[in-house]
Amino acid sequence: MSFVDWALVVHVLSAFAYVAGLVVFWVLVVAVRRTDTPAETLRMEPIVKVGGVAVGVGAVGTIVVGIYLAFAVGNYAIWDGWIIAALVLWAISGALGQRTGAAYMQGMNKAKELDAAGKTGPDEGLLALNRTQAGLILHSLTSLAVLLILLDMIFKPGA
Amino acid sequence: MTTVIATVRPHAWDFPLFLHVLGAMILVGGLLAGAACLGLARGDSRFLRLGYRSLLVVALPGWLVMRVGAEWIASKEGWNDKGVPTPRWLDIGFFLADVGGLILLISLIVGGIGVRRLRAGRGTTLLRTTLALSVVLLGAYVVAVWAMAGKPS
Repeated sequence: MSFVDWALVVHVLSAFAYVAGLVVFWVLVVAVRRTDTPAETLRMEPIVKVGGVAVGVGAVGTIVVGIYLAFAVGNYAIWDGWIIAALVLWAISGALGQRTGAAYMQGMNKAKELDAAGKTGPDEGLLALNRTQAGLILHSLTSLAVLLILLDMIFKPGA
Repeated sequence: MTTVIATVRPHAWDFPLFLHVLGAMILVGGLLAGAACLGLARGDSRFLRLGYRSLLVVALPGWLVMRVGAEWIASKEGWNDKGVPTPRWLDIGFFLADVGGLILLISLIVGGIGVRRLRAGRGTTLLRTTLALSVVLLGAYVVAVWAMAGKPS
């Protein structure tokens, strides 16, 4: 296998990590909707970190190696329409992902406050934050953007 | 191989390939979510159940979509035709997909019994086995992605 072949492997593995991280967050988004105690909310933090690492590694790996591949592989150019579309969608998904994280961190921060105050029972305010509609919509849009990237990468419109 | 990367596939192959890759990504995501919940549950029954459900509701459908997509794209590319020798990367992919599917099924059966035992307060040994199998599957599918993307001769 050549260096470019290995780069493609890293690019694809990064894409898998990115999507896997999003799936982890989907599992948490569903689970947190029925979570109204600080302890149970805080128990999700280590799993959030797993999802965060997967998304982070995936996002950096796809963009860095993807740009390298756009220059290294003949027939492809960085200004090809489908590659520009992928770059734009990648930026959109990253921005939406950050806002999703901020929306769901409100619940996590509230849980920390309640825990510090010694309030361990169910809390309506915490449940409302954990069921954030804004977070759900933002995560859906992030997932849609990543799905469009996958479609773009495979169908390569215009190539 | 660079030539292979640069070659544009016939567009008729795109949708089966999309289905195959999407299924594989959902499968890996379900395995990661399942392993993370099972591994970080620290005995919390809610997270152990969540981990098991991730494998059942996310990883298993992902495997099915990936496997159907694999068969479809292989037939489109003519690898299923009689007398056509299959390349090594495809053999690796099919082997890992099928053996992985069997291991996933075993882990789900073992985990299902484990969840029942959990309800009865009889320990988490079987769910730890499910966790171990999920981690093995994650490793196996990293190898599968290497074979599919790198296409080693």
